[in-house]
Amino acid sequence: MRTEPGGCCCRRPVRANDCVANGEVRNGYVRSSAATAAAAASQIHHVTQNGGLYKRPFNEGFEETPMLVAVLTYVGYGVLTLFGYLRDFLRHWRIEKCHHATEREEQKDFVSLYQDFENFYTRNLYMRIRDNWNRPICSVPGARVDIMERQSHDYNWSFKYTGNVIKDVINMGSYNYLGFARNTGPCQEAAAKVLEEYGVGVCSTRQEIGNLDKHEELEKLVASFLGVEAAMTYGMGFATNSMNIPALVSKGCLILSDELNHASLVLGARLSGATIRVFKHNNMQSLEKLLKDAIVYGQPRTRRPWKKILILVEGIYSMEGSIVRLPEVIALKKKYKAYLYLDEAHSIGALGPTGRGVVDYFGLDPEDVDIMMGTFTKSFGASGGYIGGKKELIDYLRTHSHSAVYATSPSPPVVEQIVTSMKCIMGQDGTTLGKECIQQLAENVRYFRRRLKNMGFIIYGNEDSPVVPLMLYMPAKIGAFGREMLKRNIGVVVVGFPATPIIESRARFCLSAAHTKEMLDTALKEIDEVGDLLHLKYSRHRSVPLLDRPFDETTYEETED
Amino acid sequence: MATVAEQWVLVEMVQALYEAPAYHLILEGILILWIIRLLFSKTYKLQERSDLTVKEKEELIEEWQPEPLVPPVSKDHPALNYNIVSGPPSHNIVVNGKECINFASFNFLGLLDNPRLKAAALASLKKCGVGTCGPRGFYGTFDVHLDLEDRLAKFMKTEEAIIYSYGFATIASAIPAYSKRGDIVFVDKAACFAIQKGLQASRSDIKLFNHNDMDDLQRLLKEQEIEDQKNPRKARVTRRFIVVEGLYMNTGTICPLPELVKLKYRYKARIFLEESLSFGVLGEHGRGVTEHFGIDIDDIDLISANMENSLASIGGFCCGRSFVIDHQRLSGQGYCFSASLPPLLAAAAIEALNIMEENPGIFAVLKEKCKRIHKALQGISGLKVVGESISPAFHLQLEESTGCRERDVKLLQEIVTQCMDRGIALTLARYLEKEEKYLPPPSPQTP
Repeated sequence: MRTEPGGCCCRRPVRANDCVANGEVRNGYVRSSAATAAAAASQIHHVTQNGGLYKRPFNEGFEETPMLVAVLTYVGYGVLTLFGYLRDFLRHWRIEKCHHATEREEQKDFVSLYQDFENFYTRNLYMRIRDNWNRPICSVPGARVDIMERQSHDYNWSFKYTGNVIKDVINMGSYNYLGFARNTGPCQEAAAKVLEEYGVGVCSTRQEIGNLDKHEELEKLVASFLGVEAAMTYGMGFATNSMNIPALVSKGCLILSDELNHASLVLGARLSGATIRVFKHNNMQSLEKLLKDAIVYGQPRTRRPWKKILILVEGIYSMEGSIVRLPEVIALKKKYKAYLYLDEAHSIGALGPTGRGVVDYFGLDPEDVDIMMGTFTKSFGASGGYIGGKKELIDYLRTHSHSAVYATSPSPPVVEQIVTSMKCIMGQDGTTLGKECIQQLAENVRYFRRRLKNMGFIIYGNEDSPVVPLMLYMPAKIGAFGREMLKRNIGVVVVGFPATPIIESRARFCLSAAHTKEMLDTALKEIDEVGDLLHLKYSRHRSVPLLDRPFDETTYEETED
Repeated sequence: MATVAEQWVLVEMVQALYEAPAYHLILEGILILWIIRLLFSKTYKLQERSDLTVKEKEELIEEWQPEPLVPPVSKDHPALNYNIVSGPPSHNIVVNGKECINFASFNFLGLLDNPRLKAAALASLKKCGVGTCGPRGFYGTFDVHLDLEDRLAKFMKTEEAIIYSYGFATIASAIPAYSKRGDIVFVDKAACFAIQKGLQASRSDIKLFNHNDMDDLQRLLKEQEIEDQKNPRKARVTRRFIVVEGLYMNTGTICPLPELVKLKYRYKARIFLEESLSFGVLGEHGRGVTEHFGIDIDDIDLISANMENSLASIGGFCCGRSFVIDHQRLSGQGYCFSASLPPLLAAAAIEALNIMEENPGIFAVLKEKCKRIHKALQGISGLKVVGESISPAFHLQLEESTGCRERDVKLLQEIVTQCMDRGIALTLARYLEKEEKYLPPPSPQTP
């Protein structure tokens, strides 16, 4: 995962060759051919195979953590832990008031519900900066949002609402990639009409009496949007994964899952009963090795051949901002006859020239991906999930999916919102609004990332991903960053342990087509200020700033091969 | 004396060496050289591990054929073609083009097409749009959610409530948040699928007791007590839970809650109560099975219900004491890692709660109607009614099974189709045959 010092761009030698050959300069770095040739020679078989798979340059970078920062972060956590022990001690001996809820008197002799140590992190570290999360809002989660103000007089143990509302905060935390989270406009009107006609709830499962004509319409539309034979939709994105993976694989099958997969994929894989093996994040050599070993050696101990092998990957990984290396995964899948399950929760609608997701972004054939899964929460402004694929697959899921048999079908106005927004993206509603949104998002992404890198922050992930993680590292800066940004009227999301590794806490920006250039500029100015205030500009590879190009619409088309 | 003896031994040895016959010396010499050779030679493994050559590996990779991704589904699989409902799924429903009276959806209080709910949802739609675009932790918490949690907690007279965006995920996320590997859960055999998935995700020890049989449960609890006495250290860290449903979906019966509470205090196990069907149905004010039996709500550690039945919305909630519920805000998987409930659905649920609080008379009306239908269906030949008389969801099972499940299912499907032709919409209770632990017999279900 860590790149060699001196390179914060692509890791593969072939990329440098490609770049040089095409006369492009990526961020001012071109690796010398001598070094790459030596490296290339050792991997010649693998590299030449994969070099031709990418139609566009793949720029992903994870800059190494500076040593001093890592040491200071550990020291910070050490100090916090010591204080944690001290406070626990004081609370135990009643010197300090104990704020959290306790067990009932009648049940004091029951086995305690929680282990003390389990909650150590929550009590002593999370509580200090708890005000950065669960911020309640009271307007539509668009580009600007109204946040309800809350105060705490006992150091975040309890919150009181002052009644004030912080208005027009620039929203860089909601997953609103194409800007469909609106309370006016054609989508909202259509949803209102369906609400009047059909009501809100359904009160039944898909297989019983909950299958409305609206659901059938939506499924046909989703199938044509993705370019697959058939699709099926569900009421919740998390449940789509956790209820359908067990229907597809069972004991005797093998699941190869990426290190940083989402909790729903992990839960679905666990519930299925299959054997799970984890490969390093986005690392194709690791995946290939696992595939080879699996087929050659079979199941552990009995040596029987595996029934099926399923590779679980995501389109965009939301904590890293990286995009899956789909062309290589598909090449491997074809060579070793495995099946591919692609979770496009964040990438559907947000990547690709027509918004069809990561398959469109790489220019591949959707038939190559066996199971395309995604959610409607992010780019479509609704809720729910879908699975698309061949007709046999969908027929099987209609009869055997846990969700179809036991869980309620999606609500009609939500379905209508998805239908309208999808038609808009596809251009079927007669306007070019969809195309404009997609282009606007791509421009916003490139501009924002470039400016942040120029300022000197460490930014993870792929250049085209709308999820932008900015590294903070130290625990105190997590709280400070969140609060300072809110003071300046910008709402950001900060993440720490356990969602990320312990020293790699970060702030995560989610860009949206609804953000105008002025909003981005304001946000960038504030981030610059806060970055200077908190000393967040860790990057040692300040890229050569490219000639300050005007923010024009042709930026997107230029880089498309 | 010792040194003289030693010297004498040494001298003796040297003398013996001189006097030994040649063949003896040669033999000894050869043996010594052999030992030295063995010591320095490479050891060989007893079990030969076949290290495959690269060519063999490639052949294996070529030969391996996986199973097809999904097995083929026959065209006349009963669940393949869904009934298509056109128009709103309220009391009069249009199924596959036929107009029927709806006896198949869980619309117990008839709130599906209530204009007040629609108005509240519309107002919320105009204010906040449809989706929330984020989980609760990242700007996905709306004032409506906080309102709904408050109202539910007040309605159920508990300290706190927490909302999930999907009914199935509620209990399936709540159980693994508390019960981990090594804990023991006593669960009824007729528990619904969502509970089974929650238990599977928790990796705890599951002990099943016969449906509604308190003696069987007591037997299991006693056995566990004996085990505990053998190993008190382990017993001190093993949590115990009893998971029951208020009104069982699979049988339509009510759980004997007073006895359960007694067992809870005697054997020190916590109770998780799943009230999806009984919330808004049982009890004088619709507070569920605790009100029905008059039990103090604090005796139950966690009550979980979904809002998809009586409240005619989507989603689910858990309520109980803050000590218990607050834990789920950080460790309930379906809460932390999933987008929050769309605000229009939450607004509809609040309005439904308002209606429930304003007319507590509807619960009595519902009970009356249930009793009437139950009595009226008693005399049908060949079918028996399974479920309590006040339960709004009950099963009609074949009195005598034909012996084979598939034929039973076909016969019941015939009954259902005929009813639909005559304008009554029923539905065959659906189960995933391979996944359920204890398969209930097939039956059409009439909520």
